[in-house]
Amino acid sequence: MGANMKYQVVIGLEVHTQLTTNTKIFCGCSTRFGAEPNSQTCPVCLGFPGALPVLNQQVVEYAIRAGLATNCSITQRNVFARKNYFYPDLPKGYQISQFDLPICQHGHLDIEVEGETKRIGITRIHMEEDAGKLVHADIPGVDDSCVDLNRACTPLLEIVSEPDMRSPDEAIAYLKKLHQIVMYLGICDGNLEEGSFRCDANVSLMPVGSTVFGTRAELKNINSFKFIKQAIEYEIERQAEILDDGGKVVQETRLFDPNTGTTRSMRGKEEAHDYRYFPDPDLVPVIISDDWIEKVRGGLPELPEAKRARFMSDLGLPEYDAEVLVASRELAQYFEDAFALFPQAKTVSNWVMGEVTRALNDDNNRSIAECPVTSALLADLLKLMEKGTISGKIAKTVFDEMYKTGNAPEKIVEEKGLVQVSDTGAIEAMIDEVLEKNPGQVAEYRGGKETLFGFFVGQVMRASKGKANPAVVNEMLLKKLQG
Amino acid sequence: MEIFDLTIHELHEKLKAKEVSSVEATRAMLDRIEAVDSQVNAYITVTPEQALVEAEEADRRIAAGDIASLTGIPVGLKDIFVTKGIRTTCGSRILENFVPPYDGTAVAKLKEQGAVIVGKLNQDEFAMGSSNESSYFGPCRNPWDLSCTPGGSSGGSAAAIAARTATATLGTDTGGSIRQPASHCGCVGLKPTYGRVSRYGVIAYASSLDQVGPLTRDVTDSALLLGAVAGYDPMDSTSVNTPVPDYVAGLGSGVKGMKIGLPKQYFIEGLDPDVKRAMDEAIALYKSLGAEIREVSLPNTEYAVATYYIIATAEASANLARYDGVRFGHRAENARGLAQMYAKSRAEGFGSEVKRRIMLGTYALSSGYYDAYYVKAQKVRTLIQQDFLNAFKEVDVLLTPIAPTPAFKIAEKLEDPLQMYLSDIFTIPVNLAGTCGISVPAGFSAAGLPIGLQLVGKPFGEQDILTAAYSFEKETQWHLKKAPL
Ligand SMILES: [Zn+2]
Repeated sequence: MGANMKYQVVIGLEVHTQLTTNTKIFCGCSTRFGAEPNSQTCPVCLGFPGALPVLNQQVVEYAIRAGLATNCSITQRNVFARKNYFYPDLPKGYQISQFDLPICQHGHLDIEVEGETKRIGITRIHMEEDAGKLVHADIPGVDDSCVDLNRACTPLLEIVSEPDMRSPDEAIAYLKKLHQIVMYLGICDGNLEEGSFRCDANVSLMPVGSTVFGTRAELKNINSFKFIKQAIEYEIERQAEILDDGGKVVQETRLFDPNTGTTRSMRGKEEAHDYRYFPDPDLVPVIISDDWIEKVRGGLPELPEAKRARFMSDLGLPEYDAEVLVASRELAQYFEDAFALFPQAKTVSNWVMGEVTRALNDDNNRSIAECPVTSALLADLLKLMEKGTISGKIAKTVFDEMYKTGNAPEKIVEEKGLVQVSDTGAIEAMIDEVLEKNPGQVAEYRGGKETLFGFFVGQVMRASKGKANPAVVNEMLLKKLQG
Repeated sequence: MEIFDLTIHELHEKLKAKEVSSVEATRAMLDRIEAVDSQVNAYITVTPEQALVEAEEADRRIAAGDIASLTGIPVGLKDIFVTKGIRTTCGSRILENFVPPYDGTAVAKLKEQGAVIVGKLNQDEFAMGSSNESSYFGPCRNPWDLSCTPGGSSGGSAAAIAARTATATLGTDTGGSIRQPASHCGCVGLKPTYGRVSRYGVIAYASSLDQVGPLTRDVTDSALLLGAVAGYDPMDSTSVNTPVPDYVAGLGSGVKGMKIGLPKQYFIEGLDPDVKRAMDEAIALYKSLGAEIREVSLPNTEYAVATYYIIATAEASANLARYDGVRFGHRAENARGLAQMYAKSRAEGFGSEVKRRIMLGTYALSSGYYDAYYVKAQKVRTLIQQDFLNAFKEVDVLLTPIAPTPAFKIAEKLEDPLQMYLSDIFTIPVNLAGTCGISVPAGFSAAGLPIGLQLVGKPFGEQDILTAAYSFEKETQWHLKKAPL
C-alpha cells in the first residue's frame, strides 16, 4: 500500500454489544439466541397498539459497568429518545435509544501497538434496543420476506470511539481490548458470529501532515476481527485511488463482502435519514444516584490490565505469560484457582499455557470452562509431581488420561502403575544392567567423553519405562560411572 | 325506571339484593342498544355473546356472595382500549380488523371486578378530533339532538351514557376528549391526573397527555369507576405509585371553606351566553354553599392550544408509525416493493385528520424546525404547568367552562380545522399541566343542549374535584334529565 506514504488514515469505531441480560430491555421476554422465530415475543416487543416499554434496570447497571471500565463519566439523569425510521423489522417504527444525553461519556482506552501505548478516546456509550431480523425465504418463486422479532428489543450498548485510530492494526487492537473488557465485565458474551459484538467503522483519509479530516465512509456491521481489518484495508486503498485520481470521496454507507474482500455502496448521502429524535414520553428519566454508581464500582471485577500487572509483580510471571493468561477472564480464573492450590506460579502457568491449552485446541477449540481437567485436578497433578510420585514426563501422560476420563490423577497413577521408582535398590539394579550392556560407552565416558552421561540416563529411564526418579538416577549413575 | 336508566351504584344495590340479575341487566342493555344505537352510532362493535357469558359469571359470583362494586354492571369501552379477542379499531380503517391478543390494564381491572363489557364505542380516529366526525365508522350523534355531534374524541362513550346504552363507560382524554363530550352529552366525565391510571393497553395518541377516565351518569359513579381503574401499574413506567383513596367515601365532605378559583383568562368576551349564564349560576351556588370564590390568573393560557398541537402531533407522528401494514392491520393490495406498501397502506388506512396531524408532528420534529417548534413548545408547557401550580397555592380547585359553546352541528366545523381545534381551548391546559379535571352537568342551552362545568384539581387532587362536583350535583339535579330518545 503505497497510499500510506501520502495519506493518513483516520478511523473511528462504533461497536454494538448485545448485553447478556436474561430479559429484553423493555419487556420480560427472553433474550436467548436461536429460538424458534417469534417465540420470544410479547405485545411490547412486537410494538402492538397500546403496549408500553418498561426499562430493565439490569441494562442500566451493565451500562454503568461498561462506562466505569472505560474511564467514562456517568450521566446521572438519563433520557430515552425515539429514533424514527421505517423498517420492516422495527416494530414500532422507531427505535428507543439515547440521543443527546448518553449514559457514559468522555472515556478512553489505552491500546498497545508495536510496543507503544496509545490512548483512544471513547466519545459515548448509550443504551438502546435492537431491531428484529428479516429472513429472506429461500424458496424458488417466493420473493416474500419473513420477520423474526425474537431479537427485537434486546438490549444493546453502542460504544462510540473518537476518530483516534490511525491504522487498521490500531483499530483491531482497540476492538480486541474492548471485546476483552466487555467479556470480563460479564455484560456481553462477545460472540461475533451471532452478532453479539458487531462493529461499524468510519474510515477517511487526509494528506499526511493535514489536520483536517477527509470525507468518511461508514462500513456497516462487520462481524469478525479479520473482516474488519480487511474492510478497512480495502477502504484505504479505494479512497487513496479516488484521491490520487483527483476525485472526491462521497460520504456513504458501505457494506463489506467477505467473499471478495471488498466494500460496496449501500446507501448514499441523498438518502440520509432525518431521525427526528425526541424524548420518549413512555419512559420516565432514569436517575442514577452516586450510591448506585459506587455500588457498581465496588462490584467490578479486576480488569485484564490490572490483572496482568499483578501477575507480573506479585506472582513474578514473565510478561508473555501474564498476557496469555489474562486473554480471557475464564482462563485467568482457571490459572488463579490452580495457583491457589499449588502456589508455584511459573509451573502452573507453564501447564495452563502448555498442556491445558493444547488439549483444548485439539478438542475442537473447547473453552476453558468446559475443560474436563478442572483447576483443582490440575493442582493435584502438579502436587504429585512435586512430591516425586511421578516424573514430569509421566505427568503429561497422566494429564492426557485425566482429560479423556476426568478422573483424579491419583487414581490414574495407581491404576496404571505409574508411580515413580525412587527405590535405590531397584534403580541400582537397572543401572548395573545398562552399564553391563554398554561396556564400550562406559570406557569412552571414563576416557573423558562426559557428554555420554545423557545416553546412560536415557537408557536407565527406558529400562524403568520412565518411572525411575530422574534425580535418584542422576545421582547414582554419576557415582557408579565415577566409581 | 328501566334497568338501563340505573347508575352503577343503583344497579349494584339491586344486584346485591338479587332484585335483578346481571344477565337481566345485560339483556336490557343489549336490547336498548338494539333499539336506539342505529340512530346514535355510539357503538363500533357490540359483543352480546361475550357479554352474556360474563354476566352469567357475574351472577355466579353474586350468588356466592362475592360482589364488588362493578360486578355484573354493563359497561362500554372506547374503542381505543385493546381487548383480548375483541376487535379494536381505534376508529380507524387501518385497524378495521385488528383483534388484539391481550387486555390492557384498565380493562383487566374492570374484568377482575366482574364488570360486563357490552361493546366498543365510537371515537374520533386515533382520538384525534373534537366532534367524533373523524371516525372511519361514521359520526356518532348527540342523543340530545341527533343533528349535533356528541363532542370528541370519546364521543361514543359520552353518547352511550346519554342514550342509556351503557351504565358507565371508559374514555381517554388527551386534550379534553372525556370532559368535552361529557359536557355536550350531559354526563359526568373525569380526566384523572397523568399517571393516576395506567395507559398500558390504551392505543396511544399523544403519550405524554393521554389519560384514561370514567364517563358516568353521576359523580358517585365517577368516583366508583375511577377507584376501580386507578393505581400504579408496573407495565406503565409513567404510572405513579401513590395510594388510591376511597373516592366515594370522601364525596360528602362538602365545599364549605373550599377555595374555588376562577381563572380570569377563561371568562372572556365571546363565551356563548348560555354557557356564561350556567357558569354564573354555578358560581353563585358554590358561594351559597360556603365556598370561597377568588379570581386567579393562568397567564400562559393563550399559548395552550398552539403548544398542544405541537406536542400532541409530534408524539402522534411517532406513535402511529407502527401502522405500516407489515404485521397487523390494513395492508394495501398490489403495492410494488416495501416503500410503496408502507405508503399505500397508510394512505388508505388513515383518514384526513390523522394524516394532517402526522404531517404537523413530523414537521415539528424535523431537523431545522425541532428547536423552533418542539423544544419551544416543551418550554411553554413547563410555564403552563407552573401557572397551575401557582394558582393552586391560592385555591383548592378551579372552576371554568368546558367548551366555548354547547354541542355544535355535525359538519359545522369540518371545513375549518382551526375553529375545531379551538373547541378544546378550556380543557387542553389541564392536559398540558398533567393535572385532573371533571365535567359535571350544569344546565342547558336555550336549544335544550347540555352544558358542562369544569372543576380542575391539583395533581392527584381527584378527591377535591369529585367532592366539589358532588355538592353541586346534589343541589342541581341536572344529571337526572334524560335525552329525548
Ligand atoms: Zn417482549
